[in-house]
Amino acid sequence: MMQITCPHCGPRAQAEFVYERTVDSVVALDASPEDAMRTLFTRDNPRGVDDEIWRHTYGCRAWMVVTRHRVTNEISAIRAVGPEVLP
Amino acid sequence: MINFSFDGKNYTAQKGDTLAAALLRNGIGLVGRSFKYHRPRGIMTAGVEEPNALVTIGEGGRTEPNTRATDVFVYEGLVAKSQNRWPNLSFDIGAVFGLAAPVISAGFYYKTFFGSAKRWMFYEHFIRRAAGLGNAPTETDPDRFSQRAAFCDVLVVGAGPAGLSAALEAVEAGKRVILVEQDNILGSSLIRDPQELDGAWVEATAERIRAAGGRILTRTTASGYWEHDLVTLTQRIAEPGQIPLQGVAQRLWHIRAAKVILATGSIERPMAFAHNDRPGVMLSQAVRTYVHRFGVVPGKRVVIATNNDDAYKTAHALQAAGAEVVAILDARPAPAGADSGLPVHNNAVPLSTEGARHCLKSVTALVDGQAQSWHADLLAVSGGFTPVVHLHMQAGGTLDWNDAAQAFVPAISRQNVTTIGGAADPKPVFKMVPVSKPKKSFIDFQNDVTLSDVDLAWAEGYRSVEHLKRYTTLGMATDQGKLSNMAALGRLAEKQGVAIHEAGLTTFRPPYTPVTMGLLAGAGAKDAGAHVRRLALYDVHAAKNPIWQPLGYWFRPRAYPAGSETLAQAALREAKAVRSTVGMTDVSTLAKFEVSGPDAAAFLEIICATTVNKLAVGRGRYTFMLREDGFVFDDGTVWRLEENRYLLTSSTGGADRMATHISYVRQYLCPHLRVSAVNVQEHYAGIAVAGPKAKVALSALIGEEPPRHMSTVPAVIAGVPVIILAASYSGERAFEIYVEASHAGAVWAACETEVMEQDGALYGLEAMEFLRIEKGHLVVGGEVDGRMTPHDLALDKMLNKTGGYVGASGLSRPALSETGRRQLVGLEAIDGNNIPEGAMLVTHEGVSPQGHVSAAAFRIIEGGSIALGQLTDGFARHGEELIATSPTRGQKARVRVVAPHFYDTAGERYRD
Amino acid sequence: MSRYSAFGLLRGAFNGQKHWQPAWRDPEPKTHYDIIIIGGGGHGLATAYYLAKVHGLKNIAVLEKGWIGGGNTGRNTTIVRSNYRLKPLHDLFEFGLKMWEHLSDELNYNVMFSPRGAMFLGHSDADMTKLAERGDAMRCDGIDADLMTRDEVAKLEPLLDMSRSARFPIEGGLIQRRGGTARHDAVAWGYARGADSLGVDIIQKCEVTGFIRDGDAVVGVETTRGRINAGRVGICVAGNSGHVAGLAGIKLPVESQTLQAMVTEGVKPMLNSVIMSQSLHCYISQSDKGGIVFGGDPDNWPSYAQRGNPMVMEHAVAQGLALVPALSRLRMVRTWSGVTDMSFDGAPIIGETPVENLFLNGGWCYGGFKATPASGWTYAHTLATGKPHALNAPFALDRFERGATIDETGTGPMPNSR
Repeated sequence: MMQITCPHCGPRAQAEFVYERTVDSVVALDASPEDAMRTLFTRDNPRGVDDEIWRHTYGCRAWMVVTRHRVTNEISAIRAVGPEVLP
Repeated sequence: MINFSFDGKNYTAQKGDTLAAALLRNGIGLVGRSFKYHRPRGIMTAGVEEPNALVTIGEGGRTEPNTRATDVFVYEGLVAKSQNRWPNLSFDIGAVFGLAAPVISAGFYYKTFFGSAKRWMFYEHFIRRAAGLGNAPTETDPDRFSQRAAFCDVLVVGAGPAGLSAALEAVEAGKRVILVEQDNILGSSLIRDPQELDGAWVEATAERIRAAGGRILTRTTASGYWEHDLVTLTQRIAEPGQIPLQGVAQRLWHIRAAKVILATGSIERPMAFAHNDRPGVMLSQAVRTYVHRFGVVPGKRVVIATNNDDAYKTAHALQAAGAEVVAILDARPAPAGADSGLPVHNNAVPLSTEGARHCLKSVTALVDGQAQSWHADLLAVSGGFTPVVHLHMQAGGTLDWNDAAQAFVPAISRQNVTTIGGAADPKPVFKMVPVSKPKKSFIDFQNDVTLSDVDLAWAEGYRSVEHLKRYTTLGMATDQGKLSNMAALGRLAEKQGVAIHEAGLTTFRPPYTPVTMGLLAGAGAKDAGAHVRRLALYDVHAAKNPIWQPLGYWFRPRAYPAGSETLAQAALREAKAVRSTVGMTDVSTLAKFEVSGPDAAAFLEIICATTVNKLAVGRGRYTFMLREDGFVFDDGTVWRLEENRYLLTSSTGGADRMATHISYVRQYLCPHLRVSAVNVQEHYAGIAVAGPKAKVALSALIGEEPPRHMSTVPAVIAGVPVIILAASYSGERAFEIYVEASHAGAVWAACETEVMEQDGALYGLEAMEFLRIEKGHLVVGGEVDGRMTPHDLALDKMLNKTGGYVGASGLSRPALSETGRRQLVGLEAIDGNNIPEGAMLVTHEGVSPQGHVSAAAFRIIEGGSIALGQLTDGFARHGEELIATSPTRGQKARVRVVAPHFYDTAGERYRD
Repeated sequence: MSRYSAFGLLRGAFNGQKHWQPAWRDPEPKTHYDIIIIGGGGHGLATAYYLAKVHGLKNIAVLEKGWIGGGNTGRNTTIVRSNYRLKPLHDLFEFGLKMWEHLSDELNYNVMFSPRGAMFLGHSDADMTKLAERGDAMRCDGIDADLMTRDEVAKLEPLLDMSRSARFPIEGGLIQRRGGTARHDAVAWGYARGADSLGVDIIQKCEVTGFIRDGDAVVGVETTRGRINAGRVGICVAGNSGHVAGLAGIKLPVESQTLQAMVTEGVKPMLNSVIMSQSLHCYISQSDKGGIVFGGDPDNWPSYAQRGNPMVMEHAVAQGLALVPALSRLRMVRTWSGVTDMSFDGAPIIGETPVENLFLNGGWCYGGFKATPASGWTYAHTLATGKPHALNAPFALDRFERGATIDETGTGPMPNSR
C-alpha cells in the first residue's frame, strides 16, 4: 500500500484514494469522435512512468495527477487539479 | 510447573518453555510425520524455521493446525496433537509411501494417472487425503483479531544485540522508535549465547529504550514489507490455542516508518547427507538454545558436524551441561584454532545416520576419505548461516554474494531500509559439496525433497530455479524454504557448473512466517468487509417487520406482509393499493445531486444525454446518462428548483459511480464552469406517494394544490420544509417528497396518516417492480445493463440533438447502430404459464437464444404474466411468438412480443 | 520423447528414475522461423503445439524472456470453467473446457484437470435470478449449468456459513459441474514438451527488444540473443501486451494491473469445489496439496510490479472468511502476484493487428488460464491461415473502435470499474 501525498491533506495511506484513469486517456469534451475513441480505447500503458488521475475519495475528495513509476511505485510528482479557488 | 498434553498424554513443562523444549524435556524425540513419505521426524531447530515438528494445537474453533512446536510457548492446559499419521505417530500406515519412494520421485504425478478427468479425480481423492498436514477446525473461531495502524521514525526489526543497540541509539537521538521481536523475550542470539555480553545488558538496554519513549513489541513478527516503507506486523497476544484474556488473540499492525532497520540475524543451515532427517539430528545453534535457554540437553552422546567455528560453542555448551561430545566433524581441511580437549576431525563430513525406533543410534562420516562411525543419540549440524534478507527483498532490494560466508547478503535497498548485524555480515564458513548418496539426503524436510529429486528435475530439463522449485515442490512447505533454498541452489549451481549466485534466486514475498487468516480479516470477517448503510427511516420500517431486500450497501423493505401473507401476496396487495387508492414507499436511497450556479444547466447538459436548458423553473423531466463509450449507464430525473439551482436524481445502485462521474466531469473536464455539484444522496430522505388518491393525500399534507405532473414546489409537511417532485415510477399520479434526513420520521408519520386515511398502503420494492414493469419503466441493472444504446432502449428520440454530452462520440461508432442489436420489448404470456425472469428467448427449443427476459411481473388488476426483455431486432418483431425458457429451473412460457408498455400508454393517469 | 506412464515410473524404481529425457530441448535460436511466438506462457506454448500438431508447421519458435510458464500461467488460481453469460465468451471457453477434459491424454502429461465443480453463490433472490439467467444462457447453448438450492449448497460445502443473519446470506448457487481446477505449471510444461517433440524450438532467456520492419510488415524480431527473421509473429505476453505491442508502435486497449493470490498452509480436505460469489469478490478452492487457494479483485490501478498489496489482500481474506469461517485459524503461507492485461471490455483480444504479419493474443484480464487450450487452438489457426477462427472472430482488436465490445459485466471501458 502506497503513501500518497494529497496536495490538500498531506501524506495519507493509499487506502484513502481511488485511481480513475491515466491522463492520456482523458477524453476532452470537444474531441472529434475519432480522437475521442482513440483516446478512450488506447493507452500508452508504459512499463515505467505515467501520469495518473487519482482522487482522495475517502478524504477531501479532491482530484490530483500522480506521476508514478509502475514498476517501483516511486511517486515523483503530485499536482492538484480542479477549478481555481475564486477570490 | 505447567501442565500440557501431547497426543492425549499429560506432561509438565517449565515456565518459558516452548513446546519443543518441553517435549525434549520429557524425552520425546518423535514429534511429527513428513508430508509425502510420512517419515518420522523430530525437532530440528529452535525457531520459526522448523520444518519437522509441526503439531495441531488447541481445541474447537481455536484449533491451529501445522503449528511449529518451536514457536509456541507452553501455557497451562495446552493441548497438542501430532498430525499426518494414522493410526498413531510411532506406527503410521502412511509410511508405506516411503517404501514407494523410488517410484514416486519428484513430479511422478505428471507422468501417470492418465485417462478421463473422472479417472484422475478417483486417484486425486486418495492423493488429497494423503496430502495436507493437520485438520482445519470446523467450529467458529470464538476469538477476535484486531488491527491497528502506527507511525514511527525508526522501526527496528529484531531485538538481538544489533537491534537493541540500533533502537537505543535512535530513541536517544529523539526519534520515535518501535522495536519488534518475534520471540517472547529480548536478546535473540544473546539468549543462546548469554556469555557474550553482560547478562544484565539486554534488560538495561530495553529499559533505557522504554524510558526514552520507545515502544517494544515482543512476540511480534514483521511479516511483510510493502510499498513506501509500510511494514505489517503480526503480534501474538495469546499463544496458539490459548484463550485470550481480553478476547483478542492476535493484532495486526500497519506501520508506516520513515526508516526501517533490519537486525534479523541469520538462520543456520543443515547439511545434506543420507538420513539427515532422522529425529536426533538437530541444528547446532538450536542445541545450544535448548541447553542455555531452557536447560534441556537434547542428547547424551553427541556428534557435531560443522563447516565453521560457531559449532565449537555448541561443543563447549554440551560439555558444560554434562553431555559427551564424541566427535566433531569439521569439514575444513585444517584445524581452525586451538580447541584442546575436543575430538576434532578435520576434512570430515557426515555420510549418513543410522537409527532404531525413531531414534538416532549412530553417525557415519567420511574422514579424510575414510568412512568412520560413532554411536550417538544426537547429531548437531552447522552447515553455515543464511542471513534473513526476506524483508530487504520484499522491499525490492537486491542481494550480493558473500563468498566467505557462502551466503547472499543485502546489497542495494530500494526503500528506506538498512540491514545490520548478522543479517548483513554472516560468519565465514567453508564451502561444502554433498558427498553422500543423494537419495535420502533431504534438503526440503517437510516436503521430502532430496538431492536426487533435484538431480532428476535437472535431468528432465527443469533447470531454472523456479522450474526446479515448482517441479519438486521445494520451498513450498510451511517453512517457506528457510532451510532448503540454499541447499537446492548449491546443487543447481553444481549441476550447471557455475557459482551459486549465478544459478539464480527465487523471490521472497510476504509473509516472512505464515500469518493467521483471521488476523488478516480482522473485524471484516463479520461483515465481509462491506458495511451496511442504514436508512434514515430504518426504525420506522423495522417496527413494521418488513421483508428486507439487500440493494447495494442498503437493505430496503421489499414488502410489508400483513398477517400470514407471503411475499407475493403482500406485494400484489400493495401494488393494487397503488393502482386503486394510494401507496407510499421509502425512496431515500436514490442518488441525488444538487447542481447550482450560473453554468448549472450547461454542466447538466454534459452529464445528461437529454436537453436540460429549456426546462422552466419549477419543472422537471426524465433523463438518462451515457458512458463515454455511448452506452446508457443510468437514468433519473432532473428538476429546476430555482433559476440556477437543479436537483438531479439517478439510480440507487449506480449512486457511487454517478457521484464519481459527476465529480470527474466537474473537477477535471470542466474546471472553467461556474457550477457546484454536491452529492446530497444521504442529506435527503425520500418518500414516494403514488396512486389515484395521492393528490388528495398530498393536498391534505401541504395544505395547497399539489404540483402538476413533472413539476416541483417547496412545501412544509408536519412543520418540516420539504421539496415535492411530482414524478411517477409506478405509472400513477405520484409525488416524491424530499426531506432533510434527520427530520424524515415526522414527515413519514404525517404521510402515513393521510395515506391510511385514503385506504392506502405502504409498499415495498417488490410492488414497485410490479408497477414499473407494467408501466414499462426501466431499471438500472435490469433493462439498462450497460450494453444498451439509447436506441436499443427506445430513448433515442430524447437525445439532445445538439450533442455535447458525455458519450456522444461513443454513440457514433458503427456497431452501435447496426442491425442485429438487442432491443427493448414487452412480452406477454399466451399459454397461461408465468414468464420466468431471466429466461432465454428462443424461437424454438434447441437453438441459441435471441434475447432474454429482464424483468417479469403480472398485470396488477387483470392478472396475467407480462415481462420486459431484450430481443434481437425486437422493435420489428411485435406480434411474433417465442418461447421464454429457463432450463435451469425447468420452466417455460410461450410469449408474444409486444410493446413494452402494458398500462396507461397514453399517460392519462398523470393528468388531474 | 520418452512416453510417460506408470510403467515408466516402475521401471525407474530400478534405475533411480535415470531414464527420463529432458522434457524439452534448450536449442540455440535459428536465424529464421516461419512463425515466431513471443511469450512462453501456457497460451504461447499451446499455440506452438497446435501449429505443429494441427497445421503441420515445422519451423516455429517460442521466445521467452525468462523461463517458460513463469508469468500468469504459474501465478493464477488454476480455475477452469466456461460459465459466462455472453455467447462469444461461453462458446470460446466451452471449446476450451472440452479440450481440458482430454488434455492429459493429449499431451501425455498429467495436467491434473479436476472437474469437481465451479460454483457461484447467490446471496439474494436478485442474485439467484441473475445466476439463473447465466445458467439458462449456457444451457441453451449446450453448456452444463445447474441451479442449486440452499440445502444443496450446504451439502456440497458443509463449512460455508449458511446462517440467515450473515452479511451476505447464501440463498443458493449455480454450479458448473464440469468446471474445476488444474495444475497450472503442468499445462505450460505439458504443452512445451509436446511442442518440443514436434520440432518447435522453445528458447528461454530470450527477450524481444524490437521488431524488424519491411515497409508496413514485420519480418522479424530483435532479441537479447540476436536478430531472428520470421514469416509471421504472434504476441502472446499477457501483462506485457502493451509493452511488446508498443515496440511495434501499437497502442492497445489494455491497462496492466496487478492481481494477487495467496495460499494457506496445507490441511486435510475441507473444501470440495471451487467457490465463487456473485456479490463478494473472492474465489476459494483447495489444492491437491491441501492449501486453500484464495484470489480476489485486481489492484484497481496500473502496475507492472508483480507485487501484492496488504489492503486488497486483507479485504479478500475478510470476504473469504465471511463465507467459510473455518478458515480463520489457517495460516496464509505464500502470496504472489501477476500482471494482468486488463482489456477495455473484460474480454480477450485475439487476431490481426494494424501491422502486417503481426498478430496479438492478449487482454485476457484475470481469466486467461482456463482458456489456454482454446486460446492456443484458435490463435494457431489465425497464425497459420492469417484469418480469424470462428471462435476468435468476435474478439478482434478493431471491435473497440467499431463499438462491438463484449462486455460481460456491462461496466464499460474502464478496467478499474470492472
